[in-house]
Amino acid sequence: MEAFFSVLDADFFSATLRLTTPLLFATLGGILNERAGVINIGLEGTMLMAALIGVFGAWFSGSAWFGLFTGILIGGLIAWIHAFVSISLKANQIVSGAAINLIGVGLSSFLIRIVFGLKDQQRVVPHFEPVSVPYLSDIPLIGPILFQQHSLVYVALLLVPIMWVILFRTRWGLMITSVGEHPEASATVGINPLRTRYIAVILSGALAGAGGAFLSLGQLHFFQDEMVAGRGFIALAAVIFARWNPVGALIACLIFGGADALQFRGQAAGLAVPHQFMLMFPYVLTLAILVVVGGKSQGPAAIGQPYSKG
Amino acid sequence: MSLLRMEEITKRFPGVVANDQVDLVLEEGEIHALLGENGSGKSTLMNMLYGIYRPDAGRILLRDKEVQFSSPTDAISAGIGMVHQHFMLVPTMTVTENVILGLKEQKGRWNPLLDTRGAEKRINALAEQYGLDIEPNARVWQLPVGAQQRVEILKSLYRNAEILVLDEPTAVLAPKEVEHLIEVLRNLARSGKSIIFISHKLNEVIQLADRVSVLRNGVLSGQVDVADATASQLAEMMVGRQVETPKKKPRKSGETILTTANLVVKDDRSLIAVDDLTFDLAKGEIFGVAGVDGNGQKELTEAIAGVRSIESGNLEISGLSKSRGKRFREIGHVTEDRHQTGVVLPFSLWENYALKVCGTPPYGNWLNMNTGVMQEQTRAAIDQFSIKATGPDVAMSTLSGGNQQKVVLARELALDPKLLLAAQPTRGLDVGAAEYVHERLLSARDSGMAIMLISTELEEVLALSDRIMVMYEGKSMGLVDASQASREMLGLMMAGVSLENIENGMSQ
Ligand SMILES: Nc1ncnc2c1ncn2[C@@H]1O[C@H](COP(=O)(O)OP(=O)(O)OP(=O)(O)O)[C@@H](O)[C@H]1O
Ligand SMILES: [Mg+2]
Repeated sequence: MEAFFSVLDADFFSATLRLTTPLLFATLGGILNERAGVINIGLEGTMLMAALIGVFGAWFSGSAWFGLFTGILIGGLIAWIHAFVSISLKANQIVSGAAINLIGVGLSSFLIRIVFGLKDQQRVVPHFEPVSVPYLSDIPLIGPILFQQHSLVYVALLLVPIMWVILFRTRWGLMITSVGEHPEASATVGINPLRTRYIAVILSGALAGAGGAFLSLGQLHFFQDEMVAGRGFIALAAVIFARWNPVGALIACLIFGGADALQFRGQAAGLAVPHQFMLMFPYVLTLAILVVVGGKSQGPAAIGQPYSKG
Repeated sequence: MSLLRMEEITKRFPGVVANDQVDLVLEEGEIHALLGENGSGKSTLMNMLYGIYRPDAGRILLRDKEVQFSSPTDAISAGIGMVHQHFMLVPTMTVTENVILGLKEQKGRWNPLLDTRGAEKRINALAEQYGLDIEPNARVWQLPVGAQQRVEILKSLYRNAEILVLDEPTAVLAPKEVEHLIEVLRNLARSGKSIIFISHKLNEVIQLADRVSVLRNGVLSGQVDVADATASQLAEMMVGRQVETPKKKPRKSGETILTTANLVVKDDRSLIAVDDLTFDLAKGEIFGVAGVDGNGQKELTEAIAGVRSIESGNLEISGLSKSRGKRFREIGHVTEDRHQTGVVLPFSLWENYALKVCGTPPYGNWLNMNTGVMQEQTRAAIDQFSIKATGPDVAMSTLSGGNQQKVVLARELALDPKLLLAAQPTRGLDVGAAEYVHERLLSARDSGMAIMLISTELEEVLALSDRIMVMYEGKSMGLVDASQASREMLGLMMAGVSLENIENGMSQ
């Protein structure tokens, strides 16, 4: 027990925030498309592709920021395909999302070998380093946790209130919510449900892309096969746990990020638990939380249903 | 110059001419009623005015200027508002949010925050001006139907509607709410707004409208000033014959089939919806359950039908099979919301018919569906109930509201159930069809069926029932013999005054 609590130090909390960030990006994205009535289980594959393309972008431009940009771009592009298939062609959204995941796994491991070669797959590329906020980072305990992070951590945290305001205090938020709840009603007041859904899905893909690029450029500094490791799916659970609310997303992602950090720290501290069990921890927690809150939460009424005029 | 002229409007659907050269003129400040049998083309005509459909031929003129609407947005910006049969509101949003949805109500040109405060002010001002009782901060799902309808009206007014179209606005309202609506519509007309409303209730039409247009089979069959018309004349114009109120034969006594004792049932939100009900129902009886919508009637019927579990108390139905599957077929269940629970809209008529009957001979058995028989029976039902449809193969969604209702009734009566739960069986039916359904219910009763009639319409309950129970907030306000009941008494009970209190004269 003592060993357990001994891991709860500043490093642990700092790691929690860092591990929360990619999840938070993806979860905010998931909230956006689900609120608009489109389900995207392809977040996992989207993040994976963005992690890869981010690495390429950073390598060939020599800039981590450009890498991030390409990651966001590819995220938006993949989501655009999902939007086309599920909104315009009205195909099954689960199937389309599953296809993105499957293609993501295969295509990314293929491309990394083609582009960097078999021997040099795990080439370290230009990446993000934590930035220390002057003075604030010197505060004991709080300083290293909050003010010595990657800039993307701050971006993700800032996105929470921004998205909250957009969703609940602007007409765009009303539009997005209305096409997810009752697209026919939105159409009668002049909102274009198809276009609104497209925008929400593409933005959500861009957010997942940022999350994926952060995983490779902020954490690993290279690309590894299947490196997203289910975070896209955890984000889907976090969307439900968050009750489609950005503030809830922050809480949910902190819990999952904390579980992840704990798992790493536990391994490092050499707890007498097989490391496979440690690795399972965040996923088991996800299941447990879904069992507890999942059944009771009610999502957007028109989720998963294609909209067709008249 | 008239405000609106629709000239020689024609609209065809595959196999039907829904509107055939229809003319309609609307003056400023006029309340115009649109009458007609089920499927005569009323909703279609209004949907063209609102830009949902485009006419195949004919012109629409607003203040003598021809207009063409390709979407509701066009119609809205031309000053036309419509309150649909099925409300177009987002249940999870507040009243204010619904009203300003899609509008650019932001705090400033460069400040994208919603100006909810300003919107609320305008909503309150409009509500006050026209006497609309509304709570801007309430979430729509929490509101009773009448209030939701007021939100719809407000939505149109907020968008500066000059012409307001209401499709069967009173079908879902309680008597009190109807009065409120009539008051509101009068206020609107007085301040220069023009109103077209569709209704099957002739007394309302006479009470409210200035002029009436009657459609029959898609053709305009008459236009009269209401001052010159009586209800029976209007009925005759609609259905082409005299309509009579049903005659009830004295009741034969039968054995009890349904008994409940201290029954408690919860609703979807786990709140108590049926609170301590004790009553029984016998064969050959029509047991009327009156009350404003949403006072537990739905949960009560669902509990009896076996699709909702009971919380406590007793519910016993005798003389039915033990098998759950067979039981379902021995109880007829006409649900109150046909779109949600009554029909599958994309299915054909016979497939909708099949949903209930498919496992029972002669319609089929446990393995096999006898599609031929089902189609044949559906065709027979189309004749019997005079359902306006080209055949059993057309999709349910292409039928008019009233005709969908008739299909449900035909299906639920098809297996000659021992117990029939009929919720709002004539909602949306024209007077002729309602008369036919009333006759069917009475003859089923006379041949020994036990019928529970759930209705918000006092006339219907009084005319058909043998005994009447009034529900208010899940409780029974009292159980009376129909011969001893009066409109006033039932009205009081529906408002929550118990029978005891009425009899003791304590209602003041
Ligand atoms: N989308 C559609 N496709 C095919 N036929 C349709 C469609 N909409 C309506 N119809 C047909 O057009 C006719 C007129 O229907 P409409 O809904 O206008 O009737 P209504 O007068 O409103 O009837 P009710 O009183 O039952 O509501 C009906 O025969 C109906 O079956
Ligand atoms: Mg209609």
